[in-house]
Amino acid sequence: MSKQEWPLYEVFIRSKSGLSHRHAGSVHAADDQMALDNARDTYTRRSEGVSLWVVRSDLIIASDPAETSAFFEPAEDKIYRHPTFYEIPDGVDNL
Amino acid sequence: MKDQALIAYTLRLADNALVLAQRMVELVAAEPELEEELANANFALDYIGQARMFYTLAGHLEGRGRSEDDFAFMRDEHEFRNLLLLEQPNGHFGDALVRQYLFEVFYVHQLEALTRCSDAGLAEIAARAIKEVTYHRRHSSQWLIRLGDGTELSHDRMQASLNDVWRYTGEMFSADAIDKAVQEDYSGPDLEEIRQIWLREVSTTVDEATLELPGDQWMAGGGKQGKHSEHLGFILAEMQYLQRSFPGATW
Repeated sequence: MSKQEWPLYEVFIRSKSGLSHRHAGSVHAADDQMALDNARDTYTRRSEGVSLWVVRSDLIIASDPAETSAFFEPAEDKIYRHPTFYEIPDGVDNL
Repeated sequence: MKDQALIAYTLRLADNALVLAQRMVELVAAEPELEEELANANFALDYIGQARMFYTLAGHLEGRGRSEDDFAFMRDEHEFRNLLLLEQPNGHFGDALVRQYLFEVFYVHQLEALTRCSDAGLAEIAARAIKEVTYHRRHSSQWLIRLGDGTELSHDRMQASLNDVWRYTGEMFSADAIDKAVQEDYSGPDLEEIRQIWLREVSTTVDEATLELPGDQWMAGGGKQGKHSEHLGFILAEMQYLQRSFPGATW
């Protein structure tokens, strides 16, 4: 008997109101509702979250590891894009 | 000491939760998927938590110093008051699922009614438990629909499971003196009202699952009065063995 794997879903959890959802891991599920349930049962047992997103892993458009150099390295030598050249005036405490 | 009926009623709730949990625990390491495995184990723990609260309350109401462990491990088969439905063997995945679903629809509405009862302790436990069981019902109803409205094989199997277990559903709604006393003296659940709600809700789900509701038939009963099927003794033998052999043993 051949065993067909259920599709993989990526799970994102928002830990408390105001924060953004963060990737927590993945689950297998036969459909969207089951994915949400499985995510709940697998990743929020210890009250980790107040909101859950699940998305089919194959629907995520990901960058290609082979293109890492073209994608990300050009930014590495452009230090002027970081806001590190400003003098912070005295008296500004909360920056 | 509180009214005997209230104590007996609380013990029925506790026994239902514990016996069902014990059946579910048997499925640990035997579920078809890892995620389902985790879900089932979590649900079983929810029920064990509820059983503990109900036993502790019963011991408190009784006032004879019996602990949750005394109730769980030191009573014999005829002293257990759980529904026959819950002690039925797990069978295959669909059998266990249908048992869960039919009970959980009833239990959600029973708990909902209990949140409005006049005994504060019982109402408080019901308010906590209903959140867990509402989720369990969601889980089991989705599986029922998924498999009923699935392949020809899964559909036929779910229909067979439903037919097999149907005769144990009548007991949930057959009110005896204890049910009536709690209903009248403590504003407890009205089982006839719950039966109607249950039937409507189950019909809708069964319909969505493209299954047929089994027809009227003879209904088994007696669990609530301590007259059990042959299965409960085996459950208790396994569950109680350690405490009976080594009374008071702790981790």
